Amino acid sequence: MSEPLSYLGVPLARPKVGFFELSSCEGCQLQLLNNEATLLDFLNLVEIVNFREGMTERGDTYDIAFVEGSVTRKDEITRLTEIRKNAKILVALGSCACFGGVNQLKNRFRDLDWVKKEVYGDFPIETMEVHPLKDFVQVDLEIFGCPIKKEEVERIVTDLVVGKAVHHPEYPVCMECKANENICLFELGEPCLGPVTRAGCDSWCTSNRRGCWGCRGPAEGANLKRLEEIMHTYGFDREIILDRLECFGGFASFTQAAPTQDKKSPARRKKS
Amino acid sequence: MIFKVFKKQELARLYELLAVNVIVGPVSRGNDRNGNPLYDFDVVYDFDELALDYTQTVHSPKRFVLPYHETLATFTTSPGGWEKHVDLNVYRPLVFFGMHACDINALNKLDLVLAQSTYPNPYYMGKRKNLFIIGIDCTPEPQCFCRSMGTDSAIHGFDLFLTDLGGKYFTEILTATAFDLLSEIKCTDPSSKELALYKHTAKEKSKRYTATVDTSDLTKILDLEFESKAWDAWGDKCLSCGTCANVCPTCYCYGVEEHVDLDLQHASKTKFLHSCNLIDFAKVAGGHNFRPTSASRLKYRYYHKHRGFVEAFEESLCVGCGRCGTACLADITPPEVIASVRGKE
Repeated sequence: MSEPLSYLGVPLARPKVGFFELSSCEGCQLQLLNNEATLLDFLNLVEIVNFREGMTERGDTYDIAFVEGSVTRKDEITRLTEIRKNAKILVALGSCACFGGVNQLKNRFRDLDWVKKEVYGDFPIETMEVHPLKDFVQVDLEIFGCPIKKEEVERIVTDLVVGKAVHHPEYPVCMECKANENICLFELGEPCLGPVTRAGCDSWCTSNRRGCWGCRGPAEGANLKRLEEIMHTYGFDREIILDRLECFGGFASFTQAAPTQDKKSPARRKKS
Repeated sequence: MIFKVFKKQELARLYELLAVNVIVGPVSRGNDRNGNPLYDFDVVYDFDELALDYTQTVHSPKRFVLPYHETLATFTTSPGGWEKHVDLNVYRPLVFFGMHACDINALNKLDLVLAQSTYPNPYYMGKRKNLFIIGIDCTPEPQCFCRSMGTDSAIHGFDLFLTDLGGKYFTEILTATAFDLLSEIKCTDPSSKELALYKHTAKEKSKRYTATVDTSDLTKILDLEFESKAWDAWGDKCLSCGTCANVCPTCYCYGVEEHVDLDLQHASKTKFLHSCNLIDFAKVAGGHNFRPTSASRLKYRYYHKHRGFVEAFEESLCVGCGRCGTACLADITPPEVIASVRGKE
């Protein structure tokens, strides 16, 4: 391994890091590997002992565990508990790990057996309702996003190594969207969850003229009630806002309060 | 003040004379969902890109003197210490081709804080001093309440100001640079007919204002209505998204972040514009938040604009451009907020 780490002459420990995935697309980990321009600096900052997507070697001694994905099978609970035991810091990496992510869409259906049949047909696998990591183990840090923003992860890892506090923006995406000089998508006739979703993505989607789907979960003190009224004023029906709010699971506490008839029944789904 | 008149086709010639510089002006940004045209300020490369008959731009010209994000300093670190590099991010003069009076007045107000205060901001000063501003008259829109704020005409803070007289521009010349520049194109002294036409145009314009804000005794009324229920009602509507501050031509509040690079050998200090409506604006070390409710934050923004600034500088920090109300998804507009606090529905 390379020279000992130091910042301004102060020696720093190079943390041993493991990357793990439960049910997910592994896209968040891929984001990190994709960043060729800074990959070598990133690899110098930490000692990676486990990263299935990036290397062959395996090690179970690590300080920080980054866990991508959500829990959808019983064996994943065992695996997650084991990772928690080994790690000093457990980081939920990406929206699946933080909120259940796209996977938790299946929780919208009342009859999970029907879902299993639709997806796996005559080859069923053991699968249960989708959960975020925090339903089973203590999570020390959440990194939001689908996928995560690699620059943000690099900043967080640097902060962890030099011992700086890690802060997430508490305000909504609108703040970053306006700072990027975008014209509000509502004015262009598109729905958007930007006004209630936690910032930090640098308005990735809305800067590309795609309305926000809320992958980073709610901003602190998000005014959902008002957004629903605004959606209505702009001519978007309740189904449109619910589709977005339920997509990544970050707004579960808001959507679960919704009346049960909004939960899709298999029969209704088949018709569409 | 010197007044001149020139034919409209001379304006393209004026543009060519200035085109050795970077030119910023109003450009079209397509249409909104109702088919109304949208405009914003941007760098232009051709006279034909300019949309001088623009209705109000979505964003203010603020970012050209006060960027949303600005690197204040970069550092090279070594085991023995660090070296600091400061760049004011001023590389060339900027020509503003076609700025409405409200925005000119907004820059004048920013000057009070950022250029004429005890500690002038060099990053702002560098950009501000290197501006050449051509003002242009406008037609009041439904959201405009600049007349109430006394900012419907600009007295200083520009080089040239154009008023459309039909086939000609009536021009106010404020600086020697502008005077020299106009000597390069064909202009004449205004005739009595043109003067009458100019006065007529001004009179017609003043008839078109629809939105108003009653500013009489406003500082005192705000003081008296600190506990008004009206604030709670507006706070309930507010999304705390910071859009109002970002489109505002005078909101200058900011935060500073320090960032260590991934290689641990470089670092930077970045300033980013913030908004007092954001939930973490008044959060301090230790986690205490002085203004945890949306209502208290919204109120704070109005108190800064219409009370605190007036007490400090004897003028409001609001120019009445109405951008905040137009951009606000929750339909919170200064004329309505102030009227409700005054007790007028």
